Amino acid sequence: MYDAAQSERTVTQDVKIAARDVQVYYGDNHAIKDVDVDIEDKTVTAFIGPSGCGKSTFLRCLNRMNDTIDICRVTGQIQLDGEDIYDKRVDPVQLRAKVGMVFQKPNPFPKSIYDNVAYGPKIHGMARNKAELDDIVERALRRGALWDEAKDRLNEPGTGLSGGQQQRLCIARAVATEPEVLLMDEPCSALDPIATAQVEELIDELRRDYSVVIVTHSMQQAARVSQRTAFFHLGNLVEFGETGKIFTNPEDPRTESYITGRIG
Amino acid sequence: MTDATASDAPRARPSLTDADARTARRNAAEKRFRLYGIAAIGAGLFFLVVLLSAIIWNGVGAFQQSFVTVSVYLDPAKLDKKGERNIDDIRKVSTFGYNPLIQQAVFDAVSEAGIETEYTKAKEMKALLSASAAAQVRDTVLANPDLIGETMEFRLLTSSRVDGYLKGRVTRDSIARDKNIDAGHLDLVDGLQAAGVIKREFNIDFILGADASESRPEQAGLGVSMLGSFFMMLVVLILSLPIGVAASIYLEEFAPKNRFTDLIEVNISNLAAVPSIVFGILGLAVFIQFAHLPQSAPLVGGLVLTLMTLPTIIISTRASLKAVPPSIRDAALGVGASKMQAVFHHVLPLAMPGILTGTIIGLAQALGETAPLLLIGMVGYIATNVPDGIASGFLDPNSAMPAQIYEWAKRADPAYYERAWGGIIILLVFLLAMNIIAVLLRRRFERRW
Repeated sequence: MYDAAQSERTVTQDVKIAARDVQVYYGDNHAIKDVDVDIEDKTVTAFIGPSGCGKSTFLRCLNRMNDTIDICRVTGQIQLDGEDIYDKRVDPVQLRAKVGMVFQKPNPFPKSIYDNVAYGPKIHGMARNKAELDDIVERALRRGALWDEAKDRLNEPGTGLSGGQQQRLCIARAVATEPEVLLMDEPCSALDPIATAQVEELIDELRRDYSVVIVTHSMQQAARVSQRTAFFHLGNLVEFGETGKIFTNPEDPRTESYITGRIG
Repeated sequence: MTDATASDAPRARPSLTDADARTARRNAAEKRFRLYGIAAIGAGLFFLVVLLSAIIWNGVGAFQQSFVTVSVYLDPAKLDKKGERNIDDIRKVSTFGYNPLIQQAVFDAVSEAGIETEYTKAKEMKALLSASAAAQVRDTVLANPDLIGETMEFRLLTSSRVDGYLKGRVTRDSIARDKNIDAGHLDLVDGLQAAGVIKREFNIDFILGADASESRPEQAGLGVSMLGSFFMMLVVLILSLPIGVAASIYLEEFAPKNRFTDLIEVNISNLAAVPSIVFGILGLAVFIQFAHLPQSAPLVGGLVLTLMTLPTIIISTRASLKAVPPSIRDAALGVGASKMQAVFHHVLPLAMPGILTGTIIGLAQALGETAPLLLIGMVGYIATNVPDGIASGFLDPNSAMPAQIYEWAKRADPAYYERAWGGIIILLVFLLAMNIIAVLLRRRFERRW
């Protein structure tokens, strides 16, 4: 799936999200320390690292999902297209429409497949009538590679799908609101290898239109789907660069230990 | 030590089919525990059966009443002396004017049935009849004065002694020193029952009627206090559901977690355990003495019961909000829903069955509550008047079902004891119905995956 030549061609140098000097505290616990990252547009960026290293925490900073945790405090600067997303005037709700998110466990709403996908467009007023909404839902489900399986059962509950289908439904739901960035927090950890392969294929397709950030525990997955990789360890961003380089010729000894399986 | 010696000789592999001592002990312990469980459930069921059968055994009599059916000659000479059929004149004749006519009618029925009796005067038939009989006849006549001069058939309540005799509550021994009724009357009752003049029938008035004074239990019914309970429950539902749900949603989903909200939380839990009579005296002080709301009114009762029910509703609502998986909130926030949209579109519908169950259980608890009503004057009031409208339903003095039952149980006449049990049957039917509604609503909402 990972094709070096192709990735060279499509990696652009447009910075979509620029994080500078980001610190995250959970109460007294300093969870993220001095993280600087540039996430490029139309690129898959993978965050890897051992459990508890802060990669999910950092991911959740990118669409301010950490706001829902009372004790969580974020300092530093994160810019989306040059705008500080932690600016007081920024409404996190608007931000999250631009920076969509897919979670570790498939979490479809206990509603029909159609309603799952249509919910986001509905609350953002993206469709003027039912026909437009139908179009959006179809497009999103096609993007999520679920249309062929789901088109005849749009009114059935989303929770009745298999695990892999549910996760693709969640991806379809996330892309339905036309986000610019898609954050994925270990999207395949609850899936079997076949479903994983389908989701990975999907991620590769999504790269054409979106900037995708994926947190993963599987180094093979990072190698397969991403063009850029960031290695987190104990809250620090240890190394960030071209995926190929990280996996073949890491600069930092900690990165090398991790990818060879000595730590983590 | 034993391990060391055991390891010297290679141990023979025990067969899987015979259990070793340890396993046997473990299995025996499990078996014993299951038996304890079955015994506990059995004891619970036994007491439930005893309770229910006692209630039904004692209370079912209240749903039946003895009636005497006689033809009463509505004598114009007694009821309308001037003969002008002027309604004001007819109104002047009190129930005392009607009593002799009715007693005569019963006396005639006795002789018609050919029953031998030592009684020679119609007046002596008084013991057979309820004090309400004359009022019943009078009301009929006032409603239609043209009936005067005619002979009309009436179905009248017998006195509570006669009713008790037919139900086996009153015996010839027990009336030996009773000055209301003599053994001769009971002979008459036997005769009249054989002749079909006195019959035991289903008594709808017990369910729909009003309470009666202490001396005529045969007339007392639960209907008016049922309306009192209904209006109270309306107040409780209208106030406690929105307040309780709004408070829980705010506390659970929006409120910052700090010392102040912790304090509120602890206090809500404590309020749920406050004895209900405390709410009663609070209601007396605040709603009646301070706010000058009318005494004994279902509105005040409803307010007091609302205070009592709120903690229950808040606690159950919060529990069901907590039970909604956080991933649903994340999912909604992740597609750009606001906090409120996430709560109202996704969390609340999922929590609905729990909220409804909690609310109905809170209402059922309030429906059966007596103690706070003692203090705001809804006990002891004789609820004889059916409220004549919504406002009067809320504001006019009334009682409530459990308060009425308490009132009956307090009264001296054993006939009221039977009615108290009967009232409990009706109350239990209501509670059962509410619980069934709770279960059905739960099922209905949960079917939406």
